[in-house]
Amino acid sequence: MSEASQLLVRRIKDGTVIDHIEAGKALFVLRALAITGREGTVITVALNVPSSKHGKKDIIKVENRYLETSETNKLALIAPRATINIIKDYKLVEKRKIQLPDSIAGIFKCPNLKCITNSGEDIKSVIDVIDKEKMVLKCRYCARAISVDELVF
Amino acid sequence: MPNPFYDRDIVSIKDFTKSDLEYVFSATDRIRAMKPSQRGELGKGRTLGYIFYEPSTRTRMSFEAAIASLGGSSIGISELKSSSVEKGESLADTIRVIDLYSDVIVLRHPMDGSSRFAAELSENPIINAGSGSEEHPTQALLDLYTILKEKGRIDGLSIAIVGDLKYGRTVYSLLYGLANYKVDIHLVSPPSLAVRKESIYDVQGRLKITEHNELDGVLQKADVLYVTRIQRERFPDLQEYEKVRGSYTIDNATLQKAKKDVSVMHPLPRLDEISHSVDATKNAVYFRQAANGKELRAALLALMLNESPAL
Repeated sequence: MSEASQLLVRRIKDGTVIDHIEAGKALFVLRALAITGREGTVITVALNVPSSKHGKKDIIKVENRYLETSETNKLALIAPRATINIIKDYKLVEKRKIQLPDSIAGIFKCPNLKCITNSGEDIKSVIDVIDKEKMVLKCRYCARAISVDELVF
Repeated sequence: MPNPFYDRDIVSIKDFTKSDLEYVFSATDRIRAMKPSQRGELGKGRTLGYIFYEPSTRTRMSFEAAIASLGGSSIGISELKSSSVEKGESLADTIRVIDLYSDVIVLRHPMDGSSRFAAELSENPIINAGSGSEEHPTQALLDLYTILKEKGRIDGLSIAIVGDLKYGRTVYSLLYGLANYKVDIHLVSPPSLAVRKESIYDVQGRLKITEHNELDGVLQKADVLYVTRIQRERFPDLQEYEKVRGSYTIDNATLQKAKKDVSVMHPLPRLDEISHSVDATKNAVYFRQAANGKELRAALLALMLNESPAL
């Protein structure tokens, strides 16, 4: 993290820093991780922070919570460039990139309005990743191929 | 080979291999040859439960006739107004309840993916009898069986699928089934009703498809003309429907331009896409196709309900 970014958001003692989030996506990231703020821990969100690599980026700091790989991999379709930093006693103990999982449940809506997952039934959408190279996804229920751009929150 | 259909859901034809398809086709041949008394033992004491959220003639009646021919019975709902669906009961609850009273459940529902959802909830196997514009797998099974019986083979044929390729669920199940064979497929539709690419993504590498807007170019090539109805009920805009209805009509003049032995198939119901004058020709296969529906569904039910049916 650059010095300017550090000035904007204070260092945390313990927790997770999600850095290099694509600018403007931080709120989607919070939603995907089901972080509402009602958990009671300190959460810092910085939007459109100047970044030497990408011009602008978003940063999220979640104090006193260590996000698991299975949780952060859900971000692969929202913020594929993001890095996950696990901080313990002010020290960086783990740094990892996001990897595309085989399927993502309950985050995105299928873009097909005639899909049963959009019907009001008690059902969680499941999006399978069928081609990791070309980033082709498929709704497990209506079986339609979906591009990342079509995904609906 | 162990029975691949025993206690298994029939949600998508993509869930089955070519040898699975051949297994049900040969079971259909055998069940057709059985005496009614032998056949009547295969489903004795078993109950088929059905619910149709959309209208049906052939599918529902052929399933009822099929289970009856196996000595079983059927219960179900085809008029939603007389059921708790009218009171707002969810699909999930409806399926859970039918599951309590049945050994196998036949579901037709207007939403894509509805059968996969139902299969997750039901203890007993689900048969998808039409899920929105997604799939109608037992129709495809009987379509493939009909092609096999009419032509003696499927490999090497040229098959034209004509009409509403965008909304027609039988088209997708047929294409998925044909992906197991070496066939030339000609898709004929107005541009606005062309096949949904997003629904054939995972089978397109196994299909040799040519798309056309005009029927004339394919008539000389096609061994099978599979004609579909323009699905008025799935058009968001009725003006669009009016523009394309009657785009392709098969009549005796059309047959003059086609191969002499072309098999004209249709999942039915038809409106004006096949002229009634075609019914009397040897090319008209659609009523034999509907008859095969009962026999194939009887074989399928016998395989689903019995691990080792005496077939």
